[in-house]
Amino acid sequence: MPVYRLIEEFSSDAYKVFEYVDSIYDRIKRVEDRVKAFITIVPKEEVYSYLETLLKRGYNSGSYPKLFGVMIGVKDNISTKGIRTTCGSKMLENYIPPYDATVIEKLKSVGMVIHGKTNMDEFAMGSTTETSAFYPTRNPWNLDRVPGGSSGGSGAALAAGEASIALGSDTGGSIRNPAAYTMVYGLRPTYGLVSRYGLIAYASSMDQIGPMARNTTDLALLLTIISGHDQRDSTSLPLHSIDYLKALDELLYKEPRLRIGILKELFEGSDDGVRKVTYSCIDKICSYHECIEVSIPYTKEAVAAYYIIAMAEASSNLARFDGIRYGLKVPVEGRNWVDVYTEVRTKGFGYEVKKRIALGTYVLSMGYRDMYYIRALRFRRMLKEKLDAMFSKVDVMASPTMPIPPPRLGEFFEDPLKIYLADVSTVIASLTGYPAINIPAGWNGLPIGLQLISRPLSEPILLYISAQLEERTKLRDLIAEV
Amino acid sequence: MEVLIGLEIHVQLTALTSKLFCPTYSSYRGGSPNTYVCPICLGLPGTLPVVNRRAIEYAIAVAKALNCELSDRIIFVRKHYFYPDLPKNYQITQYDGPGFTSIARNGHVKILINGKTKIVRIRRINIEEDPGKIHYIGGIEEAQYSLVDYNRSGVPLLEIVTEPDMSSPKEARVFLDKLIAILEYLDVVDTALEGSFRVDANISIRDYGRVEVKNINSIKDVEKALTYEIVRQKRIIEQGGTIARETRHWDDKKGITVPLRAKEFEEDYRYFPDPDLPPIKISTEMINKIISTIPELPDQRIERIMVQYGLDEYRSTVLVLNKWLVDFFEECAKIYSNYKRLADILITDFLRWIKELSLDLKKFSVKPQSIVKLLELLDKGILSIKMVKELMPHVIKGEINIDEYIESKGYIRIYDEQHLEQIILEAVKENPKAVEDALKNPKAINFLIGEVMKKTSGKADPQKTRDILLKILEKIRDMKR
Repeated sequence: MPVYRLIEEFSSDAYKVFEYVDSIYDRIKRVEDRVKAFITIVPKEEVYSYLETLLKRGYNSGSYPKLFGVMIGVKDNISTKGIRTTCGSKMLENYIPPYDATVIEKLKSVGMVIHGKTNMDEFAMGSTTETSAFYPTRNPWNLDRVPGGSSGGSGAALAAGEASIALGSDTGGSIRNPAAYTMVYGLRPTYGLVSRYGLIAYASSMDQIGPMARNTTDLALLLTIISGHDQRDSTSLPLHSIDYLKALDELLYKEPRLRIGILKELFEGSDDGVRKVTYSCIDKICSYHECIEVSIPYTKEAVAAYYIIAMAEASSNLARFDGIRYGLKVPVEGRNWVDVYTEVRTKGFGYEVKKRIALGTYVLSMGYRDMYYIRALRFRRMLKEKLDAMFSKVDVMASPTMPIPPPRLGEFFEDPLKIYLADVSTVIASLTGYPAINIPAGWNGLPIGLQLISRPLSEPILLYISAQLEERTKLRDLIAEV
Repeated sequence: MEVLIGLEIHVQLTALTSKLFCPTYSSYRGGSPNTYVCPICLGLPGTLPVVNRRAIEYAIAVAKALNCELSDRIIFVRKHYFYPDLPKNYQITQYDGPGFTSIARNGHVKILINGKTKIVRIRRINIEEDPGKIHYIGGIEEAQYSLVDYNRSGVPLLEIVTEPDMSSPKEARVFLDKLIAILEYLDVVDTALEGSFRVDANISIRDYGRVEVKNINSIKDVEKALTYEIVRQKRIIEQGGTIARETRHWDDKKGITVPLRAKEFEEDYRYFPDPDLPPIKISTEMINKIISTIPELPDQRIERIMVQYGLDEYRSTVLVLNKWLVDFFEECAKIYSNYKRLADILITDFLRWIKELSLDLKKFSVKPQSIVKLLELLDKGILSIKMVKELMPHVIKGEINIDEYIESKGYIRIYDEQHLEQIILEAVKENPKAVEDALKNPKAINFLIGEVMKKTSGKADPQKTRDILLKILEKIRDMKR
C-alpha cells in the first residue's frame, strides 16, 4: 500500500498499524533470506512497544503525528541512535551511534518507524551492493542480478515489499542506480537541500541523502519531511522548508509545457535494450512537452573527475577509523599505536575501500595533486558552466539512468572498470550538485530507469514530470514476487 | 656567527566559551578526562563541523592588532596525519599556499631592544582546532601505555608564525612579552592558564641547518632553550660539524634539548579544502565593526603615556606591557603628579614585591591612594626612600595603615622647618661652648646635632638639622665680623 494511503488508513483507525507491522514482518520473514536487503532488522517487539508509546502519547494529546507508523528502511550509513550503524563495513560492525542524524530526528518527529538498516556497498563505495562486508543484496526482480548500489538494500527492500519507503544516499548515483535496477522512484536532491549531519561521509562535497519510494507522491512526501535548513551542517542551504506535495499538485494542476533535453551521448552510449526502453518512455510526454536533442561531449572525463574527487575526499573522511574511540577493536597490550592502527585498518576495511583510500591518498599527494585532484576540480567547474548554459535552453535533461541493465552478481569483480563507467549518467548531477531523479521506464526482461536532471532546487519540476510519466507507464507500487 | 630565530606560537582563545566547531564548553581545565566532549569533537562518524563565529571575530581582531593583511575569506583545510590525539586523524586548520589562504599575513610587531626599536615580522596567522592530549603515565619514556583525553580536542587556537627576525634569546623573550601584552589587551586569552600559550622555536646559525625546538611551556624556558640550542649549535660548527635539520624536544627538567626526529623532507599533509566548511566571506563591514571594538593597544598606549606623562620610552614600555600595572599607574596619576617618581617606584620596588610575594595582579587590590601616600610622605621628607622601600611590601599586602604604622615605629620626623629651627636655636643658646667649637672646627657640629636629637627624641631629620645648624652658625659668624 502506498504511504499516502497508509496515512489515511491510520488516521481513521490508529490501531490498524499493528496489522500493517505484522504484514511487513511476515513479508520480511518470507523473502529476506533470499534478498538480504537489511543488515540490521529491529525486532518486531521493539517496533510494537515504540508504536504503543506513540499511541499513548497520541491518545493523550488527541492527535497522531502525520506519518504515524509508516515503516521506513534506512540505509546503514545514516546514524541512528541506539541502532547499530555499520556502513556495510567490518570496521563498524558493532558501532551503535549515540546520536541521531538530522533526517532521523525528522522521521521520528512525524512518527515514522525505522524497522531496519538496509544493506549497502561498504562505505557506499560501489554500485552493486556487492562490496558490503556482510553479504550482497540480490535483485528481487531477478535473484541472479544485483540490485544496484550503493543503496541497493533500500531499493531491494522496496521492490521486495519489506519496507513502505526508504532512505538512500547518493554520492555518484547511489540512489538513482539502485532505484533504476529495482524499479522504484529515487531522488537525489540539490546538494545542501537535505542535511548531511549524521550521514557517514564518503565524499562530502557530493554526498546527499534522498528519498526512495514506489510512487512519485510518496517520494514527494518523504522529501518534504527530510529537507530543510540545518544549522549543524554548514553546507545546508539556508532555505525555508517546502511542501513538495503541494508544489507537485500545483504543477499537475497548471501542467506547464517544458523543454526537455534529450542527452544524445548518454542515449547513444547505452545498451540497445536500455536505449529503446528509456527512449520510448520519454517519448510518451514529448508530444506534450518539447523534446530537443542536447549534447554533453565529455562524459568519460566526468567519470574520471568524479572518481578522483570522490576518492580524494574518501581518503580523508575515512582516516578517522582507527579503532581507538569506536569501531573494530584489536589487542593493544604491549603494542604501539602505529601497529594497532595498521591492524585495525587492514582488517576493518574491505578491498574496494582500501583501493579507493590508496588512490585518493595518491591523487592528493605532493607532485600529483595538480595533475589529478586540481584538474578534476577544474573540470567540475567547467562542467557546471556547461550545464548552466544548457539549462538556459532546456528545463530538464533526460538520459537512461544506467547505460546497462542490472549486472549479474560477480560481474563487478570480473570487470570493475566496466561497472565504474556505467556511472556515466549519474555522476553529472553529483559533480554539479544538481537534482536528479530516477523514474521507472519499463522492462527489458529487467528493470530499466530513466534519469532526469534539472536546475538547482527544481525538485518540483522533476517530481512533476515523474508523476506525468508514472500516470502513463503505470509503473507504480510494484512489488516483486521473489 | 649570526643567529636566526623564528617563533611559532599557539594561542588558545580562552575568552571563548565553546569549541571551534561544536557547542561543547571549551574551558576544559580541571575537568575529568573525556567529559568536555561531544560527538563532533570526538570525530564520531557522520558528524560535521560548524564554525564558531566569535572565534573568527577574535582572530580578525588579533590580526589587526598585529598589523596583518586580512584575507577576504576564510578557507579551512584538512591537514592529514595519524596521531591518537587527533580524533579525525586530520586537523581542521588553514594553509597559506596556492588555492588556499591563512586568515591573515604580513604583519609586524615593534619591540624595544636596548633603547632601539626593532621590527619582528609576522608571516601569517591561522585559525585551527587544538588536538586532544596524550598522557604518558610515569613519563614519556617509562610509560607502558598512554591515555588520551579529548577535552582539549577542538578548542579554538590561533597559530601565529613570525619570520626569523630575532637574533638572540633576549629578543625572543622581549617579542613574546609584547605579543602577550597585545593579546591580553584584546582580552582573547588568559595566558596564565596552563597550556594556553605554547611556543615552538626555529633556530639556526646563518648558512646552517634549521632546528625546531618543541615543547617549550613558558617564556622563561624559551630563553633557556634558545640559549642552550645556540651554544650547542655553535660548538658543533666550531668543531667543524654540520647542523642536521631536525626537530628537538625541550626537556625542561634537565634543561637540555634532545633529538625528536630527523626532518629530511617536508611531510606531506595532503592539504585540501574541507568540503564540510564552505569559505566564509569577510566583509568590510564585519572588519570595521570588529576594529571599532579593539581597545587602545600597547603601542598606542606607550605613545600616549610618553606624551601625557612626559615619561621616556623605556619606562612607558615597561609600564604598558603590564596592563594591570599601567592601569594602576594611571589611577595613581590622577591624584599624584610626580609621574617619573611614580613610574620608577612602580616598575622597580612595587613590581619586585608583587613578584616576590607571588601575588596575582588580577586578584589583589592595593589602593592607588596607599602608594600615592607613601610617595607624598617621601616628597615631604617625612619618609626617606629607604623607609618607603621597607614599607612597600606591607602596604602592598594591605597590612598597615600608613599613618598609624609610621607613628608606632617612631618614623615620624620633625619636618616642620620652623619648629625644628626653634629647637636648634634653643640648643645653640644652651651650649655656647659647643657653638664656639663648631665655629672653629666643622666636625664639632656633631655635638650640637646630638643635642637636637636628644631634645626631639631622635625624631629630627639629621640632614635637615645639619643644614639648618650650618645656616645658623653662618649667621653667628657674620655677626661676629
